Amino acid sequence: MTSLNTIEPKVEERHVEATNGTRRVVIEPVTRVEGHGKVVIHLDEKGEVSQARLHIVEFRGFERFVQGRPYWEVPVLVQRLCGICPVSHHLAAAKAMDMVIGVDKLTPTAEKMRRLMHYGQTYQSHALHFFHLASPDLLFGFDADVAVRNVIGVAAAHPELAVQGVMMRKFGQEVIKATAGKKIHGTGAIPGGINKNLSIAERDVFLKDIEQQMTWARGALKVAMDYTVANLEKLAPFGTFESNHAGLVAPDGAMDLYDGGLRAIDADGNIIFDHMAPAKYAEFLAEEVRPWSYMKFPFIRSIGPENGWYRVGPLSRVNVCNRIDTPEAEEARKVFMAVTQNKPNHITMAYHWARMIELLHSAEKIVELLHDPDLQGSDLMAKGEFRGEGMAIIEAPRGSLFHHYRVDENDQVTMANLIVSTTSNNEPMNRAVSSVAKTYLSGKTITEGLLNHIEVAIRAYDPCLSCATHALGQMPLVVDLVDHEGNVLDHKAKG
Amino acid sequence: MSEKPKVATTSLCGCFGCHMSVLDIDERILQLVELIEFSRSPINDIKRFPGRCAIGLIEGGCCNEENVHVLRDFREHCDILISVGECARTGGIPALRNGIPLQECLDEAYLKGPTVYNPSGKVPDSDEIPLLLNRVHPAHEVVKIDYHLGGCPPSADTIWAALVALLTNKPVELPYDLIKYD
Repeated sequence: MTSLNTIEPKVEERHVEATNGTRRVVIEPVTRVEGHGKVVIHLDEKGEVSQARLHIVEFRGFERFVQGRPYWEVPVLVQRLCGICPVSHHLAAAKAMDMVIGVDKLTPTAEKMRRLMHYGQTYQSHALHFFHLASPDLLFGFDADVAVRNVIGVAAAHPELAVQGVMMRKFGQEVIKATAGKKIHGTGAIPGGINKNLSIAERDVFLKDIEQQMTWARGALKVAMDYTVANLEKLAPFGTFESNHAGLVAPDGAMDLYDGGLRAIDADGNIIFDHMAPAKYAEFLAEEVRPWSYMKFPFIRSIGPENGWYRVGPLSRVNVCNRIDTPEAEEARKVFMAVTQNKPNHITMAYHWARMIELLHSAEKIVELLHDPDLQGSDLMAKGEFRGEGMAIIEAPRGSLFHHYRVDENDQVTMANLIVSTTSNNEPMNRAVSSVAKTYLSGKTITEGLLNHIEVAIRAYDPCLSCATHALGQMPLVVDLVDHEGNVLDHKAKG
Repeated sequence: MSEKPKVATTSLCGCFGCHMSVLDIDERILQLVELIEFSRSPINDIKRFPGRCAIGLIEGGCCNEENVHVLRDFREHCDILISVGECARTGGIPALRNGIPLQECLDEAYLKGPTVYNPSGKVPDSDEIPLLLNRVHPAHEVVKIDYHLGGCPPSADTIWAALVALLTNKPVELPYDLIKYD
């Protein structure tokens, strides 16, 4: 730790070559992801990659400073972990606090309003990631000119697609505003229920727009699917590895983004555990601390830290569920699973396709909910007997999210533990970085375009680094090249 | 093209919500790129300042030494710096840790939690991750800031109105609706 007045001006290390011929390359900051990350690559004297790591460089300390706050404040406080998916944290905290105050079942209006908020957020977050952040790589190529490889470049070359992306995100944000009160950091969910219903006027605005949204969502899914299928030969091995997967499922095994039990499967699709209740999460999962990252490394306890790591997010959710309970997304899931003969799909770049299946699923769910008269109900709150402890799991856009709180008799929080989605993908992202670095950088002259390949693999996971560093830090993307003795050889910051 | 004023953005110790609020100008983003050109920003892959910028948007305060370096770099390269949102203006929610010794925050996250597995008993510490500051600082404690936009986050309309006024050389006069928060 340090204080402000002791900070010396930074000496930028870009390409550092050690006398023994080894090098260190740095990509910092990682861009077109949410938050701050840094990649350090070590090359040996032959120019072969000996190590490549993604470092999370931010830390904020939420788990400690939430202590002492009143429990009812937590859903609005902890969502400030993340401005892209604040609804996930808002709802996970509200669900955990439902349990704290002894509410096991919400009123139909409250549960459906929260679900509508959640599908609105999944819709906007997936549209944002696909169109604003990832599409430049897919449309222009991984090593395209930096000047065009961004959403403004997409707007110039493919104006219709860019406008659709903007309007889809806007629709999702408007759904959030109507359910949570604000587009970013709303207040809708409160322990035990919700603070408003959906007016008929609000509903009718969405009903007018929803058919157009459905058409665009189908189009986005087709873009992602066609791209993946057409480039399968190149994409299949790109940053790919076999792994376990985890995600929430409903009692009948269908995908459920808001509630349910956790299912984990191994690389062949065998079930490791199923329908795990949120209250049991700490018996099944643990997080390893490693000295070089502020982000921890979660693993399944029964398998251990070495091999118990798992992936989460759209790819994993499509892999673990038996079916999707909306017709068009279910059809899309079958097509997706056929690519790997109904075995788990481990292709890192297939995340984009799976994400667009969920985008369509969210649109279908929004249609379903808009036609449900319960949303105009006036019974918003449920009551129960205070318990003092609560755990919740929700499927955030980026994967399974765990919140756990203890609250004392003064209503003050005494303990908080959060396992955010991106944290579960820490080991997987590091594997992807390492695999791409070894394939594309070993023995090569390192260019900006080659370094972007590493970021493409990271972006597939749609990491949310602010979330991931709720504990205390911040993550810029830098690639450092270090020799086998740990000396910094090269520091490549893009741009 | 090149005579368009350049705008750079960064997120320091923030949550990206203020950047999302910038994107909430929705279709006006197409009008915005008629007025300006984006310089370094997390929404593109320009990672270092290619030249001078008219405006820098700062989200977040400073919680580590890296934040301080980036903020000083922004001051050096931008004619006007705007603190966007409560974290840049006051330190915001992350500054809740200022009343607590940093070591306690680290211990809670890396030694104590019910899912922590840490056989070495040490908190992360490596040359590759930046030193944390003892306390979280608002941006204007580190460099001179020219304008402040309040809110968590400031609304898209607020950001839009301020940018358009500055880019068209008009005084930044925001109506009450745009500067009242939650």
